[in-house]
Amino acid sequence: MHVGLTHYLILSAILFSLGVFGVVTRRNAVMVLMGVELILNSANINFVAFSRYVTPGIDGQAIAVFVIILAASEAAIALAIVLNIYKQFNTVNVDEISALKE
Amino acid sequence: MTLLDIAFYFFALVTLVSAGIVVFSRNMIYSAFSLLFTFFGVVGLYVLLSADFLAVTQLLIYVGGILVLLLFGVMLTTRILDVEMKTGALQTVPAALLIALMAGTLCGMFWITDWKAIRGEPHFTTTAASLGELFMTTYALPFEVASIVLLVALLGAAMIARRERAK
Repeated sequence: MHVGLTHYLILSAILFSLGVFGVVTRRNAVMVLMGVELILNSANINFVAFSRYVTPGIDGQAIAVFVIILAASEAAIALAIVLNIYKQFNTVNVDEISALKE
Repeated sequence: MTLLDIAFYFFALVTLVSAGIVVFSRNMIYSAFSLLFTFFGVVGLYVLLSADFLAVTQLLIYVGGILVLLLFGVMLTTRILDVEMKTGALQTVPAALLIALMAGTLCGMFWITDWKAIRGEPHFTTTAASLGELFMTTYALPFEVASIVLLVALLGAAMIARRERAK
C-alpha cells in the first residue's frame, strides 16, 4: 500500500499513546519528561505531515520549529526543577512528592 | 512498494520499537538511550516528509541537547551506588486499558476521516531559505517571543538549578 497521510497520522497516534502511557505510569519524574518528549514529537510529525499532504507549504514546519523551541526550554526548566526536588526530598518519584516544601 | 515506502516503514519501525522500549523498559539508562533511536527515527520521517531543515534541527536540539540533558537528569537523580537505576510503574493495567482505548479511537478517527490529501511524489527542495523568510515576515512576532521565552527559560533554569538551600 502506498504510504500516505494516514500512515503518518497513525504512527503519530501510536507514538502519542506510548508517550501518554509513559507519563501516567512511570514513577520517576525524568521518565515522565521522556514521555512528554514523545508526545511533543508525535505532535510535530502531525504538523509536518499535514503541511506536506493537506496544505502544501512550509507553515507546518515553521510551527514545528516553535514546538521544538518550547520543548527545549521545557526540558531545561523541568530538569532544573527535578534536580532541586532531588536535593530537597532525596527522591524524584512523583507519587512520593506531594508537598511544595518540607 | 517504492523505495520511499520501504524507507517509511523502516523509520516507523525504528521509531515505534524504540519508543516502546523507552516506555516499557525498567532500566532508565536503557530508556534514555532508546530515546536516541526514537529521535533518529523521527528525523528520518521528517526527511521523508521533505522537511530537511526541521530534520537537522531535530537532530541538533533533541539528540544534542535534550537527550544529553535527560541523561544528566537520570544520572544526577538516581543513587547509582546503592540502588539500581530502576523506575517503578503505577496503575499499569487501568492505564494500559485506557490508553489502548485512546489509541484505538485516534487511529480509527484518522482512518475514517477523508483528509483531502494530495497524491503524488514528494518534491525535495531545500526549505531553510523559505523558512527563514517566513520567520522574518509572517511569523516575526512569534519568532521574537520564542527568543525571549528561550532566554527566560535558560536564565530561569540556571537560577533554579544553582539556588543554594536556604537554611
